[in-house]
Amino acid sequence: MGRRRLPSPRRRPTSPGGLAGRVGARSASALGRGLLGIYLSVLVVLPIAALLARSSHGGLGAFWREVTSPEAQAAIKLTLVVSAAVVAINAVTGTLIAWVLVRDEFRGKKVVNALIDLPFALPTVVAGVVLLALYGKNGPLGIDITFTRTAVAMALLFVTLPFVARSVQPVLLELDGSAEEAAASLGAGRLTVFRRIVLPALTPAIISGIALSFARALGEFGSVVLISGNLPFKTEVGSVYIFGQIQNENLPAAAAVSVALMLLALVVLAALTLLSRSRSKHVR
Amino acid sequence: MSANAAKSPVVGGGASAKVSRLGLRTVALGYLALLLLMPLAMIFYRTFEHGLEPVWKAMTEPNAVHAFWLSIELVAIAVPLNTVFGIGIALLLERGSFRGRGALGLVIDLPFAISPIVVGLALVLVYGQAGWFGDWLSEHGIDVIFSVPGMVLATAFVSLPFVARETIPVLHELGTDSEQAAATLGANAWQTFWRVTLPAIRWGVVYGVVLTTARALGEFGAVSVVSGRIEGQTQQLPLYVQDRFENFDATGAYTAAVVLALLALATLLAMNLLTRRTRSRRAV
Amino acid sequence: MPKSRHWHAQITGLARNCTNPDLVYANLPILMFPMSPMQKVTMPKRTIAAAISLLALSLGLAACGGSSSSSSKSVALVAYSTPQSAYAELIPAFNATPEGKGVKFTQSFGPSGEQSRSVANGLNANVVNFSLEPDVTKLVKAGLVPASWNQNATHGFVTNSVVVFIVRGHNPKHITSWKDLIKPGVQVVTPNPFTSGSARWNIMAAYGAQLKEGKTPAQAQEYLTQLFHHVVSQDSSARNALQTFLAGRGDVLLDYEDEAISDEQTGSPIEHVIPVNTLLIQNPIAVLSKGNTAEGQKFVNYLLSPAGQALWVKKGYRPVISGVPGASAFPTPKGLFTIDTLGGWTNVTKQFFDPETGSVAKIEQSLGVSTAK
Repeated sequence: MGRRRLPSPRRRPTSPGGLAGRVGARSASALGRGLLGIYLSVLVVLPIAALLARSSHGGLGAFWREVTSPEAQAAIKLTLVVSAAVVAINAVTGTLIAWVLVRDEFRGKKVVNALIDLPFALPTVVAGVVLLALYGKNGPLGIDITFTRTAVAMALLFVTLPFVARSVQPVLLELDGSAEEAAASLGAGRLTVFRRIVLPALTPAIISGIALSFARALGEFGSVVLISGNLPFKTEVGSVYIFGQIQNENLPAAAAVSVALMLLALVVLAALTLLSRSRSKHVR
Repeated sequence: MSANAAKSPVVGGGASAKVSRLGLRTVALGYLALLLLMPLAMIFYRTFEHGLEPVWKAMTEPNAVHAFWLSIELVAIAVPLNTVFGIGIALLLERGSFRGRGALGLVIDLPFAISPIVVGLALVLVYGQAGWFGDWLSEHGIDVIFSVPGMVLATAFVSLPFVARETIPVLHELGTDSEQAAATLGANAWQTFWRVTLPAIRWGVVYGVVLTTARALGEFGAVSVVSGRIEGQTQQLPLYVQDRFENFDATGAYTAAVVLALLALATLLAMNLLTRRTRSRRAV
Repeated sequence: MPKSRHWHAQITGLARNCTNPDLVYANLPILMFPMSPMQKVTMPKRTIAAAISLLALSLGLAACGGSSSSSSKSVALVAYSTPQSAYAELIPAFNATPEGKGVKFTQSFGPSGEQSRSVANGLNANVVNFSLEPDVTKLVKAGLVPASWNQNATHGFVTNSVVVFIVRGHNPKHITSWKDLIKPGVQVVTPNPFTSGSARWNIMAAYGAQLKEGKTPAQAQEYLTQLFHHVVSQDSSARNALQTFLAGRGDVLLDYEDEAISDEQTGSPIEHVIPVNTLLIQNPIAVLSKGNTAEGQKFVNYLLSPAGQALWVKKGYRPVISGVPGASAFPTPKGLFTIDTLGGWTNVTKQFFDPETGSVAKIEQSLGVSTAK
């Protein structure tokens, strides 16, 4: 028994009909979907709806006013710019780390693999305190980048570290190496093999990781709030601004800006998903 | 029978291959050392700065012990739920065909796109005393907000997307060949899932569970708003860390942080043990 | 086949197959739901039933974990974060008194404004102790605290403090007065008055001190603008601001005396300076109208008694009654003033801290416009 055709690293799902529609599992699938629907409604849909309702309390005009206030705009802009930079860096370093962890062998690899998730498991306040201690004036490194946009970026890089790497790792592990070997035997250089065979296969995963990183960076509060100094118009990120509005009982403003950030994130995520879909449909 | 050999790491090769491999490894490990290892080293240093006894005392404080078990409880509920529903969502998105796939994709990305502070706010807007279900809940004597169920909701909310997002690229990469072959051989939907799909996506699920657990363990912002911060009742470990930090108890705060880090590591270890690390794939 | 042997056979079979993960997965459901091979077809229904019961069980477990006890002798205390370590001593001391014997406490500490909001949203509370009066007024408006809460001998306050300057050990820049804060090169750290209600004490102390020095309101506003030019960090809470300062940022931190004393007691390399003109910080306490009012009132009475106040003093808070031992250790600034002399919190909040029309908000915005990159 052999495979029916040569394996390729990229495969389009050949049947749109889908697994879930098969005979014998219809009732189970319907029940499953029902349960899923209830779970998502209770957990996600209802709270988001309530948030949208609250943010549109004063009508669209009030929403727009809150979102375009100078301080809100500065905070949103800073958040977007720094998050985009962080995500770009993560795309490269995350893929690199995943590559090294899957394809390379060295002592202590298991330890490194285990440590990657830690920034995520640590409460953000701990991350903030530690980063402040490391990169502040009294820190062991002798550098002081605190209270600058660099500090915000460092904090975000720390907390979004695992995403791209962990997204790429499973795909890399499942990747069939025969196409690479075939290409190599045909005389392709390592870089070409990577660029034209491996990278397209990894692209959906990288994009997935980017989406996770971006969304996390947008909303991050605890680790940034300590190291950035929260100077309005300079180092105040969106989540800190929202926090401030909540503290001032200005719930509509808080809801409005968070909805705005959420919409921006969704637009970017949707664009990334479309990009991922189109790239994987791309015929070689 | 199986494409074992093709998936082994591409180790070996000529001198230039070795150089580039070492180069990649150095860059990756250097980045990790700078961004990850130093903060972790700082945390361990600060924890054990004053010796083992203060750490032991901090770990055996009644509030610390309660926070530990509450964290475990929250993870034990949120992670399985998000795993099961996450796989379901991934299957629906990659193998199902129904209207509203785009909407479903957006819904699972939402928890990510919202700042944690706002998550708590949204949950209070729905399940709080003055919320949409407030009257109904108090009539039936159900405490959600300022009680453990509310914390479960917040924890599940912020850790929702990971299993789905990790599994989707792997499912996509997998293609439906094996599943279709199994179906033609007479397997029903569930058998196909258990024996063909799940083993193939196991790495996506594994890393998804690891990320979900890490997020559930470390979440502070969303849970703090809905918890009421009642000592010994509604404080999980991150809230406890904040509590210690506020009281100038650095050792207590760092000890709890180390416990969180160890829990995250234990999760990864457990997942690794559960999934044997062989690279064999079932041939059809 | 007898069930036990069937079970055993499956486990041995499983163990033998352990090297092949796919077989592990295939056998896992069998392991969970032991049954004969003939019954494999009904597996899906069983799995669904198991999934539903798991879901129900977990939700049930969660619901169980959240029961709040409200026995007749329990008091729910909701307070701001600073006095947590003080209550760690006050509550046991209260329990040692005849009125306090056997009274159980639940305690919740957090940022003052957030705690107030939580109580308004339904957080169970009998006694609330916040950083500033507006956080209690909010609850009066919500109908949770009786309007007469502050009609007692201490006007509703349980502790006092003053706004101070925290400086590095030995005060290398010799900062002693508000004038020193706006000298060239001096860097100031203060929590953000919009994210930390408590930080408003700092700003009003700065403003009021100018008035005390004889300046006009307009000149005092000008001072505030200059002060903000020197601010290098506006952390979201006082504790965070202290952390920032300890990490090496800034030359002076505006903070409250009790926090300064607490931190000095932990050995931080700082000292605090009480400026001649400064604001008296007054922290309110109130008993809620619903629930355990009797026990709550007994607790508040203890906190206001000489014994209770002596404990507060030990922890670095100024007492609100006279004749408390140890109170003399607190120097009285010559130019001490209260928020009432500045118009009371209601007026001050509107005039200075309204997010759009408040003068401090305008200062923050103007800073952004002039110094934005």
